[in-house]
Amino acid sequence: MEAIRVTKFIDPLPIYTMWLRQIKRFLRVKSRVASSILMPFLFLAFLGLPLSFIPGLKIGGMNYLDFLAPGIVGMTLLFSSTMSGVSVIWDKEFGFLKEVLVAPVNRFSIILGRSLGGMTIALVQALIIVAIAMAMGVKISGISGFFLSIVFMILTCATFTGLGLIIATKLSNTEGFMSIMNLVIMPIFFLSGAFFPLQAMPAGIRYIMYINPLMYGVDGLRGALVGGAAFPLWLDFAVLLVLSITLAGLGAYFFSKMEAD
Amino acid sequence: MSNVIEIENLTKEFDGLVAVDHVTLNVKAGEVFGFLGPNGAGKTTITKMLCTILNPTSGSVKVCGYDVTRGRDSIRECIGIVFQDSCIDKFLTGRENLDFHGRIYHMGRKTRGERIAEVLNLMELKGKEDIKVSDLSGGMQRRFEVARGFMNHPEVLFLDEPTLGLDIQTRRNLWNHIRTLNEQEGITIILTTHYIEEADYLCHRVAIIDQGKIAVVDTPGKLKEVVGINLISLELASEGSDDLVGLLRGLDWIKEIEWRNSSLELNVEGGEERVLQLVELANEHGFVITAIDLRQPSLEDAFLHYTGREIREDEGSVKGLWKTRMAGRRK
Repeated sequence: MEAIRVTKFIDPLPIYTMWLRQIKRFLRVKSRVASSILMPFLFLAFLGLPLSFIPGLKIGGMNYLDFLAPGIVGMTLLFSSTMSGVSVIWDKEFGFLKEVLVAPVNRFSIILGRSLGGMTIALVQALIIVAIAMAMGVKISGISGFFLSIVFMILTCATFTGLGLIIATKLSNTEGFMSIMNLVIMPIFFLSGAFFPLQAMPAGIRYIMYINPLMYGVDGLRGALVGGAAFPLWLDFAVLLVLSITLAGLGAYFFSKMEAD
Repeated sequence: MSNVIEIENLTKEFDGLVAVDHVTLNVKAGEVFGFLGPNGAGKTTITKMLCTILNPTSGSVKVCGYDVTRGRDSIRECIGIVFQDSCIDKFLTGRENLDFHGRIYHMGRKTRGERIAEVLNLMELKGKEDIKVSDLSGGMQRRFEVARGFMNHPEVLFLDEPTLGLDIQTRRNLWNHIRTLNEQEGITIILTTHYIEEADYLCHRVAIIDQGKIAVVDTPGKLKEVVGINLISLELASEGSDDLVGLLRGLDWIKEIEWRNSSLELNVEGGEERVLQLVELANEHGFVITAIDLRQPSLEDAFLHYTGREIREDEGSVKGLWKTRMAGRRK
């Protein structure tokens, strides 16, 4: 038997394995690959594009499609990452994870690998949406803005994967899974400023939006991709950085305390 | 032979409900050891404690020389588990499942490749390894799970109800594979089952467990011997059969007499000649025997003997089974 370093906190091989497994699983289910892109595409094609045809309609000082595109990228990240986190519960009950949890491997490495896999998928989806938006005529402000937007994407992913994990480890069974979608994800999405600019809202709504993590993600993405952010980008970055570290850390902590069965 | 597992006064309570009650036993290296009992007897709970998934309420358990509460990680290195509920990744192929398992257990690429070939060979899964698991039959999926369980060269392999839900042919096939595994790889196997035939066919020693307590631990052969050397069941046509019972009690080769439903169950010494003697005896005294049957005792008879009830009482009710499994899940 080979030497096994059980206590190792960061264990590359299991991390890589969990990552690879997430990617392989995703790619294997063709319908999932398509449907993950479909919803954001529909928003862009049937909400953003038609509204951008209305003469004189400017939102946040720009064409509505340009305004909406970063929001839809944020939505893609939100849905994909939260689901990747929450689906731990499914995996634990019916899948691979149950077996992995009794292996002599540090839990942190397992969840890190799995989360990185989910984040990679979310990131690729978001980049595809950016490409689709560009094909529809959204003008990206520049190459540096594009790379900056990737930083915001990664932080947004980490934040919501963490949130998903926290929810998953606190849910006792799979039955509550779908209500999570409605109770948590939808309000976060609608109050993220994806559809309307924060600056134009009355104070009450603004304050609610201030506590929404996705708002900072969408704002940062908007600032980086097309301009017109409500906050300075360093502020969006700082808030997201703190949130992503806190939520992802908490998620990983709860996961490591979770019972194997 | 040395002991791979040493259990002493192991007890597990769930909210005051005693699921496992002061169990003490040892399992020797290289053995196929079975826990036989009805659903809810505590088999799975014991297995979970041995696998470091559940912590015991009291008592001590040593697996491969390590204590389950303190040496958790060391134990995890030397065991393999096949869970009662399937937990193979159905979206991946068999090879990918095995490969991932190997990586999780820190096996290098070359070792993994060689080992996968070995386990596929042993479980006769060659040619099936690149098919998506969801496209395989239930029996084959199960074989892949067993293959995965012993891939990391465990000293002990736990099989929790390995053939649950499989048809009889598939089950028999899996039994043969498990036996081969034990013989060729020398792995100690701990099996839980509520199938009498399974315990009888596979296990070197069986622990009969009921309501959290171990009734007896012995080889299937010895367990059966204790029940009686042979069993004869008699059905009589006329009334007044109590007189016959009185008569039978006088014979020294009849060890035990018991009424079960409308038939008389006798534990007898000797074989077929006893049937003849019984028929003659009945004729002499004017009793009419309508049916007579001689058989070797089964492990089921042993179960009945030790626990006072039939193992199949709980079976048949799908609802009951479902309830037990759901209850197990919530824990």
